[in-house]
Amino acid sequence: MANLKSLEAKFQESIDQEIKIEPKDWMPEKYRQTLIRQISQHAHSEIVGMLPEGNWITRAPTLRRKVGLLAKIQDEAGHGLYLYSAAETLGIERDELVQQLNTGKAKYSSIFNYPTLTWADIGAVGWLVDGAAIMNQVMLTRTSYGPYARAMVRICKEESFHQRQGYEILLTLSRGSEGQKRMLQDAVNRFWWPSLMMFGPSDAESTHTAQATKWKIKRKSNDELRQQFVDICVDQARILNITLPDPDLKWNEERGHYDFGEIDWDEFWNVVKGNGPCNKQRLDARIKAYEDGAWVREAAMAYAEKQAKRKAKTAQVA
Amino acid sequence: MKNWPLWEIFIRSKKGLHHKHVGSLHATDSEMAIENARDVYTRRNEGISIWVVESDKITATKPEENPELFEPAADKIYRHPTFYKMPDDVKYI
Repeated sequence: MANLKSLEAKFQESIDQEIKIEPKDWMPEKYRQTLIRQISQHAHSEIVGMLPEGNWITRAPTLRRKVGLLAKIQDEAGHGLYLYSAAETLGIERDELVQQLNTGKAKYSSIFNYPTLTWADIGAVGWLVDGAAIMNQVMLTRTSYGPYARAMVRICKEESFHQRQGYEILLTLSRGSEGQKRMLQDAVNRFWWPSLMMFGPSDAESTHTAQATKWKIKRKSNDELRQQFVDICVDQARILNITLPDPDLKWNEERGHYDFGEIDWDEFWNVVKGNGPCNKQRLDARIKAYEDGAWVREAAMAYAEKQAKRKAKTAQVA
Repeated sequence: MKNWPLWEIFIRSKKGLHHKHVGSLHATDSEMAIENARDVYTRRNEGISIWVVESDKITATKPEENPELFEPAADKIYRHPTFYKMPDDVKYI
């Protein structure tokens, strides 16, 4: 009979040989729980992420902008669903996941606790927030758990239009009036640092990184991804004719990367703990949607059961 | 609150290809499952045919039983063309 140690050894061997772990495979309980938490929090982030952008649907300045924004938000709903589907393969059900979000037991990416105050914010979200998400998600296409990796491949294909949609908004503003250029710079000033925070605590402060790396849940570290993101954004910012709000941003010839300033970790932890500008609004919106929709879910189920009974009765009589 | 049943979704992207498993979703019945699958998995014309199956109607093998289950094929190399020695000058075989 296989004992725990030999199961763990075989599991680690699969990981080391880049053999994906699939739902019915034996896995350490901690691997399962870590993934349930990570995948579901990723899913919650997509769903909550619809809210700051939904704020501007009725005020998109043109039809092109409106259809693009609607399509993007619809994609985020879809991404949430792919991820809930992946999480559910690990032995947890949807209603429990939703409860975890609504009770504050589960977290979601803290970037979505910031408000979208102007139309330029919608562009900044597409460029910076989706940009940072893409960096992380491309890395995760190589994650060890099969359903999560496959969901990431699908998401990455869809995400690239999101970033272009945002960048195009900002390009248009950068070529506009003085007021539009100021609005663009202001949006970037407010979204730059929170976007860098999306990559999580520094590697030194990240307690879970070692195990996540050993199990190949995580393929690149927080700091690695953050550095990649900064390097790419500096050039993209130049084309927008804006300054990134970091006086310490400087090319380092020796490292071959941009040096950048220290993140305000107090702000980071404060928002994670629930004290960001919109934490309460976000959760209230999710709870309201869930409670207001209860009768629809129940009615739909009752209708389906009624139809099924009717069909069975007709079959009996025939 | 009760969850809606879970359905596994299979999409044929174009004629000539098999339906491929793409994920799961919740729906009250097969009609809703198809409409939801259309909305979730074919936003970019990824499919011309959708199959939906209630997840609990699928029977799956258990990975730990694989060695025994698939053992019969393991030593039948004579199922492969390379087992059969052909002279170099025999064409089209």
